[in-house]
Amino acid sequence: MKVHEYQGKQVLAQHGVPVPRGVVITEAGQARAAAEQLGGRVVVKAQIHAGGRGKGGGVKLAANPDEAVKLAGQILGMTLVTKQTGPEGKLVRTVLIEEALPIARELYLGVVLDRSEGFPVMMASQFGGMEIEEVAAENPAAILKAHFDPDVGLHPYLSRQLAFGLGLEGDAFKAGITFMHALARAYAQTDASLLEINPLITTTDGRVIALDAKMNVDDSALFRHPEIAAMRDIHEEEPLEVEASKFDLNYIKLDGNIGCMVNGAGLAMATMDIIKHYGGTPANFLDVGGDASQARVAAAFRILLSDPSVKGVLVNIFGGIVRCDMVARGVVAAAQEVKLGVPLVVRLEGTNVDEGRRVLAESGLALTVGEGMADAAEKVVAAVGRAS
Amino acid sequence: MSIWVNSETRVVVQGLTGKEGQFHAAKCREYGTKIVAGVTPGKAGTSVDGVPVFNTVEDAVRETGANASLIFVPPPFAADAVLEAADAGIEVVVCISEGIPARDMVRVRRILQGLPTRLIGPNCPGIITPGECKLGIMPGHISIPGPIGVVSRSGTLTYEAIGQLTALGLGQSTCVGIGGDALPGTNFIDCLEAFEEDPATEGIVMIGEIGGNAEEDAADFVSEFVSKPVAAFIAGQTAPPGRRMGHAGAIISGGKGTAADKIAALTEAGIAIASTPAEIGRFSSNAAFAVREEEFFSA
Repeated sequence: MKVHEYQGKQVLAQHGVPVPRGVVITEAGQARAAAEQLGGRVVVKAQIHAGGRGKGGGVKLAANPDEAVKLAGQILGMTLVTKQTGPEGKLVRTVLIEEALPIARELYLGVVLDRSEGFPVMMASQFGGMEIEEVAAENPAAILKAHFDPDVGLHPYLSRQLAFGLGLEGDAFKAGITFMHALARAYAQTDASLLEINPLITTTDGRVIALDAKMNVDDSALFRHPEIAAMRDIHEEEPLEVEASKFDLNYIKLDGNIGCMVNGAGLAMATMDIIKHYGGTPANFLDVGGDASQARVAAAFRILLSDPSVKGVLVNIFGGIVRCDMVARGVVAAAQEVKLGVPLVVRLEGTNVDEGRRVLAESGLALTVGEGMADAAEKVVAAVGRAS
Repeated sequence: MSIWVNSETRVVVQGLTGKEGQFHAAKCREYGTKIVAGVTPGKAGTSVDGVPVFNTVEDAVRETGANASLIFVPPPFAADAVLEAADAGIEVVVCISEGIPARDMVRVRRILQGLPTRLIGPNCPGIITPGECKLGIMPGHISIPGPIGVVSRSGTLTYEAIGQLTALGLGQSTCVGIGGDALPGTNFIDCLEAFEEDPATEGIVMIGEIGGNAEEDAADFVSEFVSKPVAAFIAGQTAPPGRRMGHAGAIISGGKGTAADKIAALTEAGIAIASTPAEIGRFSSNAAFAVREEEFFSA
């Protein structure tokens, strides 16, 4: 789960990570009191779940409270387009007003799970403001790494290595080490899956502070962090995906026009791939779960069909433990319930497949039966091609 | 022959008294798997379909000689269940549970290092040696005994592949679902190594997907250490970056873990890649096991 910058900073501060003083506002008028409280000169930052906000015009420096009000007014309610939002952009509903700090250096510090090593890794680089992937591609030697066991924390010698490697000196060296330990602790204690401080700044008076913060939390661990789970902002999510999540459906909206309903994540990905192989474009990823019960199939149909770009639907179910005739009855009942108005191709395989196909054939529904994945994909691509 | 489980495997089911545990334990027994015990804390002395239930895995091992475990424990408690099984000396632990926090798996994997326990999963369909032992939730009847080792990060896509192999008459030595999480207990390399050493395995089918670099690591391993033919399919060629495709581990992050990268690495290692999921079986038999198929069809 992603959280906003201001939420991530609140969580980090609770774990002893130094962050700028700041005030969250939702109306431009609130910017005056916030700026006065923070010393007059402030940074006005749009809060959306996407990077590249500065370049998109969502982060501005205000010299005084009057300017803060003016800038907050411009940013609140704007549709911010960044390279991560897509061309449609995202509506800014919240703004973070922060004290402007005397920046000496801009660095990078991040923590992420290293899947190969099986441990989290803290990564540091002197190239603050640059994306770590860019640094990795252009100058991989510039990325310093330290793996740590979340049960143990970062060993002091590792934080020293990183701090020396970043060229920190004097007060900033000590503050940097303290910062790294706090960040490692925050990562472990919040079940974060990503913590990215970019830039991490040193100030002219030797402090080390998280100027920005990106935080993602492991969805599987949210049960033990109700305070973080409560930070979910559904405005930042695709409405159909929010709807699907209510039914425990794994649904991801894509740009194509062939809706897919599949049981199992791997088979769902493979189904999208084979649609593309035969010249179509998938409208979504959708895993209805291994058991593909009638209730879930019906919910899945409703969600698929509420996407106006869907011009045809491919149902691909491998009945393993669940029997194909049961799945077929579920598909028929759900298709009747939602009054399907687009071509439907159903491919069933596995246990009781003959009985399943008989149920489909006798349903009276105008559906096409696919014999195998390739045939089903070809048929749905052809049907959609004819319809459009 | 086979890898890791066979007709001698004696299984304790952790979470046997739950709905899922009871259902799938019954299916495993129907298949012929020796289910010898169940564990649910506080339910010792009861039984499920005639299988005795114990409070702890240690008790179950002492009383029944169980040497493998199948875990259906809710995700918040599943990591602890794996550690309990390892501590009791269980050799093969299959964890079906989906949704274990990554941090719990970091701990489990660290503790299992240096122990003889092999963890398969979590978030996986399990392992099957056709005709001998089904330790998991996969449909048993789609597999037949034979020379092909199958390893996959997926569930139903694996059934699809196995179904295609079986339809072509190509049976399987053992099929392992290593699961869709970011931190699996057993990875592709573990399986490739075991299949390479298993005399009954003559060819290997590997099914990967986007996310991480386990397939790239496997490609390196194959070019150095695997003499048997390997065929592969990678799911997620059309998956958008930055989105988690159902499986916790199936995500392209920071431009890494794309299907294209994996296919390139596997191809370079001399592994034959099926271009669509419909061709996994046919392609495996044509590209990698041509001799075998001729033998089969001429017989």
